Amino acid sequence: MELLNAIALLTNFVLIPATAYGAQIALGALGVTLIFGILRFANFSHGEVMSFGAMAAILFTWFLQGQGVSIHPLPTALLGLPVGILAAIAVTLIADRVVFRYYRQQRVTPITLAMASIGLLFVLAGLVRFIIGPEHQNIADGERFLITAFEFREMTGLDEGIGIRQTQALTLVIAVIAMVALFWFLQKTRAGKAMRAYSDNVDLALLSGINPDRVVMIAWIITGALAATAATLYSLDKVYQPFIFLQILLPIFAATILGGIGQPVGAVIGAFVVAYSEVMVTYAFRRFIGYLGPADWAPESMVQLMSTNYKFAVSFIILVVVLLVRPTGIIRGKVIER
Amino acid sequence: MSFLAATHMTCGYGGANIIEDCSITVEQGEIAVVVGPNGAGKSTAMKAVFGMLELKEGSVVLDGQDITSVPPQDRVPLGMAFVPQNGNVFVTMTVEENLEMGAFIRNDDITPTMEQVYELFPILYEKRNQLAGELSGGQRQQVAVGRALMTQPKLLMLDEPTAGVSPVVMDDLFDRIIDVARTGIAVLMVEQNARQALEIADHGFVMVQGKNRFTDTGEALLANPEVRRSFLGG
Repeated sequence: MELLNAIALLTNFVLIPATAYGAQIALGALGVTLIFGILRFANFSHGEVMSFGAMAAILFTWFLQGQGVSIHPLPTALLGLPVGILAAIAVTLIADRVVFRYYRQQRVTPITLAMASIGLLFVLAGLVRFIIGPEHQNIADGERFLITAFEFREMTGLDEGIGIRQTQALTLVIAVIAMVALFWFLQKTRAGKAMRAYSDNVDLALLSGINPDRVVMIAWIITGALAATAATLYSLDKVYQPFIFLQILLPIFAATILGGIGQPVGAVIGAFVVAYSEVMVTYAFRRFIGYLGPADWAPESMVQLMSTNYKFAVSFIILVVVLLVRPTGIIRGKVIER
Repeated sequence: MSFLAATHMTCGYGGANIIEDCSITVEQGEIAVVVGPNGAGKSTAMKAVFGMLELKEGSVVLDGQDITSVPPQDRVPLGMAFVPQNGNVFVTMTVEENLEMGAFIRNDDITPTMEQVYELFPILYEKRNQLAGELSGGQRQQVAVGRALMTQPKLLMLDEPTAGVSPVVMDDLFDRIIDVARTGIAVLMVEQNARQALEIADHGFVMVQGKNRFTDTGEALLANPEVRRSFLGG
């Protein structure tokens, strides 16, 4: 019984939240890794593209709520998501047309493109704050829980409950659908294979008659769609706040580099490693340990490695360790050149 | 007029000319080989023929059509295929995917061509689901040639196809290249292994310091005492 309580406790406070968080990071990291594979630069504007997509989804959600549209028990934001995706795609395509394409034609080094993307980051961040403001926006409506901790305790008779929020379940389901669709596209379709070929060897792809402009366009479309999905799910699960999308770049880049740059499978693995590390390192294990031994054996302290305020330090540590120990990542990816 | 006539080509990188007044011609169903010492401009001549370098003088005519100013990508649909010396396969993709990518410009059914390639290189059929990056050097070269053949080219250009493979594999590759030429494709290749390459060549071009030095049939060049002494080691 005590062991089951310990497992339930850990599932409720570590496993479930970390899985949902990992899925959100994974969707973000897939976009970063895809752009790196195709265009060969670190796209720092990715976080703000996410933010812009989520903002558009929220604005449309408000509009729908104003019209009295509801898909209860599901959150209305699900209906806003397609609009967010379209907005994010529009942003990536316009940004490519007015910023990145110029630098590509100049055949600049990757670092120049990365710098240009930082410029874009500031422009988009300003635009988002201009439109929706810097405050946080809570958009979750619909049913809050699939199962509450209280119901779980009633059902099982355990002392510890497992609550699953609807947004967590939705995050996982949508993320899995998006990832399966992406991997199917990359593995099975002609356009997807052309993208992999282009990422593998640009010169040979050109010799094979693969149209580089088309490959780049598809990469941005996919990236925009994934970014808006990730950010909308994150906002539903937690809260929408513009500044979060600058901070979230760190776990996303840590996941990308940990998984192997340009490797979509690696990005997903990396994302979950980062998410689980972050949640576990900042979780207080005192009660968990308490269940595993005789009464009152648990230590006085919280048994928490790091305060939650420092959770981004976890990504940073992972980033530094990977770059020192295995710069190619888990699945051997590209190494960023200057 | 020859099927491919690259005549009086002069070009180079920046100011200096690497090749000067260089001419290379290939007929359909024949193998033409460019040989010469290191730094003679053999690979540069190949790049010039494929349009990867801008010509200062001279012209490239394929099947009666002047393609001198056509960019390289647009030469692929015209029937030219190029196998570079390095990076000539997609290492993270399977053998079969490599062949599919080779046929990217085609919208018709590619299965018959793929079967022909597998017939030519049976080992590729066995390894069709393996990543090209995991294959041996000789097998990779077969993938590279196979990928190029997928466009159903009229002219196949190979830049040192036997670089870094063992002598046995080299002989085998040359046999396959003869098979390719027999199907009516014009083959143009640059080779380090001058003697073996000239043995299978219908025409040979010996280049020295960016210029044509000797031009003759492969047989005649092998018999030419001066060529033997200077370039074939006696």
